[in-house]
Amino acid sequence: MTGSGRASPEPLTSGASTAAAPRRWRLGVSIVDYGILIAFVVLSAALALLTPTFLTSGNILNVGRQVSIVAVLAAGQTFVILTAGIDLSVGSVLALSGAVAAGVAASVGWAPGIVAGLLIGAGAGLLSGLAITLLLVPDFVATLAMLSIARGATLIYTGGQPIGVAEGGLRFLGGGTIGPIPVPIIVMLVVFVVSIVVLRSTTFGRYVYATGGNRRAAAFSGIDVNRVRVLVYVVSGLLAGLAGVVLTGRLATADPQAGVGYELDSIAAVVLGGTSLFGGQGTVARTLLGALILGVLSNGMNLLDVSPFLQEVVKGIVIVIAVAFGNLEQLRHRALGA
Amino acid sequence: MAELLPTPSTATRVVADAPTGAPILALRGIRKSYPGVIALDGVDFDVRQGEVHGLVGENGAGKSTLLKIIGAVERADAGTIELDGRPIQLASPHAAQAAGIRVIHQEFNLFPALSVAENIAIDHLPSRHGVVDRRAVRDLARSARDRLGVALPLETRVDRLGVADQQLTEIARALSADARLLVMDEPTAALTEHEIDALFRIVRSLRDEGVGVIFVSHRMEEVLALSDRVTVLRDGRVVGETARPTREQIIRLMVGRDVSELYPDTSADIGGPALELDGLSVAGRFEDLSFTVRRGEVVGLAGVIGAGRTSVGLALFGLLRPTSGQVRLDGKPIEPRTAHEAVKLGIGYVPEDRKALGLVLALSLRHNETHPILPWLSRLGWIDKRRERLTVEERVAQLEIKASSIDARVSNLSGGNQQKVLLAKWLEIKPRVLILDEPTRGVDIGAKAEIYQIVADLAKSGVAILLISSDLPELLGLSDRVVVLREGRQLATLDRADAGQEHVLSLVTTGAAA
Repeated sequence: MTGSGRASPEPLTSGASTAAAPRRWRLGVSIVDYGILIAFVVLSAALALLTPTFLTSGNILNVGRQVSIVAVLAAGQTFVILTAGIDLSVGSVLALSGAVAAGVAASVGWAPGIVAGLLIGAGAGLLSGLAITLLLVPDFVATLAMLSIARGATLIYTGGQPIGVAEGGLRFLGGGTIGPIPVPIIVMLVVFVVSIVVLRSTTFGRYVYATGGNRRAAAFSGIDVNRVRVLVYVVSGLLAGLAGVVLTGRLATADPQAGVGYELDSIAAVVLGGTSLFGGQGTVARTLLGALILGVLSNGMNLLDVSPFLQEVVKGIVIVIAVAFGNLEQLRHRALGA
Repeated sequence: MAELLPTPSTATRVVADAPTGAPILALRGIRKSYPGVIALDGVDFDVRQGEVHGLVGENGAGKSTLLKIIGAVERADAGTIELDGRPIQLASPHAAQAAGIRVIHQEFNLFPALSVAENIAIDHLPSRHGVVDRRAVRDLARSARDRLGVALPLETRVDRLGVADQQLTEIARALSADARLLVMDEPTAALTEHEIDALFRIVRSLRDEGVGVIFVSHRMEEVLALSDRVTVLRDGRVVGETARPTREQIIRLMVGRDVSELYPDTSADIGGPALELDGLSVAGRFEDLSFTVRRGEVVGLAGVIGAGRTSVGLALFGLLRPTSGQVRLDGKPIEPRTAHEAVKLGIGYVPEDRKALGLVLALSLRHNETHPILPWLSRLGWIDKRRERLTVEERVAQLEIKASSIDARVSNLSGGNQQKVLLAKWLEIKPRVLILDEPTRGVDIGAKAEIYQIVADLAKSGVAILLISSDLPELLGLSDRVVVLREGRQLATLDRADAGQEHVLSLVTTGAAA
């Protein structure tokens, strides 16, 4: 790491938003995203002016590390929301996966621990998906149930006590660095690159957009929509599991109360990114921007000593303003009409 | 008198018959463009008191856009609108309603969870101290219904109704208000003869009361029968306006050429049985159907709405579970339980309602067209985009699908081009059986002829085609054989030679031969 001023922008912009690399734009960001990108840049610039610490490499890496957990959840949430579904269970599934990973790591080894954490997450997603498609439980209800079930299972598994994590691969996943970059940031970037590619270039990705855009038309095109709908919950569960494993490694302990309220943060990131809650429209690259805005906002408010209580209020207001801003074009039409 | 005058949009109107009254609404030099398309290019249009003004044109000619501007759903980019000779700005659909303009849209704007009566009365719910007066609602709805002279179940939820009854509800809703200008966009598409007669009686009596009516329909006979004056739109311009033109004059203006032969030669080499129905029944929908569709053959399903034709298609496509009987494909019994399974077996389906069931409107032409064939265009789930692009481009050129590019949103295409995309989808996988449900509904004459050619080519390539259509000339023009359904039962199976139009019409409507 050399002079902090020069090196600092790299981690933050290394996602899909590097202005100097137009090809990157085609990875999923289009003209419409400039609004949210501008908001992100303005917010960052303002914080850079207002605080001496914001634009230091230490702080930027810190933001990246903090954002990575919610961003990974939000990537999975994007798949679900693109099919016009919703996954409210991700925070609890994160806690369950983290606890199981820590437990298995302690008794068997860190590698089986990581695998067990991921499988638990994917399994929870599978159950939600099957309840939605086979039992016809509305997605909101099914994942709300899973939120409760996974949290309860976590408390049962841990006996309500944190599980410590010894040195090893699990700790590296959460707390290690590769070069100057913390591993969680790398995990996050890999998750987003893979998600972008899956949504853009695979049949599954196309089926996700088709199912969310018009489920009945997708079925009439011969798409196995129930399979698609189950799979997006598996993806969301798997990524919640991954986030849980990373968080556990970072904190070196599995807290049974981890991830409370994260489902709302992940949904907020997706919505900030402009993905339609009605499905079929949006990209996962924009979700990353949404997560970054939330992360920078909360970091900035911490640096500015804003009370944590007030922070929650500001976050809510920012979400409303940002989404309204995204609808500016529509709003203007309506204003003209009125 | 009834000379058809091609009028440049700038020229002064020459009206053949004496004006029936002062213009209620006059539009001058209306322009409207959407991304990539100029929908209206300087349109002048007016409606007078006590006249029915027919508006015709191919799909994409700009009719819908013009109606949206009149109903204030959309705003024009340029031009003026005058109401009773005074320029006005219609700010919202509500303002248009307040000005006495009532639009019956092609897509129903009904509230599915409310009753028929509530839907009819929704625009001015009678209430006392803020509480809806249910009895007044019912009275209002009943009088609107009785005026229409049809049997509508007033207490039934709208989502339990068939398409025809939903259409009648929409019309009754418009009639319940005192309209000065009534705009009807394809109001008869789902109606029976009897209901159409009743509607026409009402339109005429409203006209005699001084109401101005704009009537849009693809059914030329209806426009000719009802209109005092007809305006023809083509490519966003008015290409003609006249009192009481002939059918041939209108068609020539609409397409810009004579439509000589609509139906292509469909004499394909007919092979062995592809699809066989053996006593197939779905309880409550249809009973005991037995017929065969052979390779290269077009079999038409004739019947009125409610005869069970669409249910037959859905059952074959895995979307309705047969309660008894058997379906065989190439001699082997099949029981698809989902559409996905049916497609894997080689069955394709072009649904009647292309916006709700056929297309993902937010996605591009390319994505829509390749959904069923992605497994063929990909390896291990990875799409070969170059091959996809080439496949789609070739097909778009072959079918003359008009779009700014293959990545244009399919919602920006005209109805005829959307329908071609729907057909193109299935051309790619070469299905063994293709079910077409109203393949030319809401499609203009030019696109119809092209779609007929596609159907004929498919049959020639050996596809077994089951054609469901309410358009009798179309059904008889394309089918090698016709199966007549009435109230879910198979009434007759006729060869093309025996299937005269009057004969089939009499069978489907009365159950007896003419």
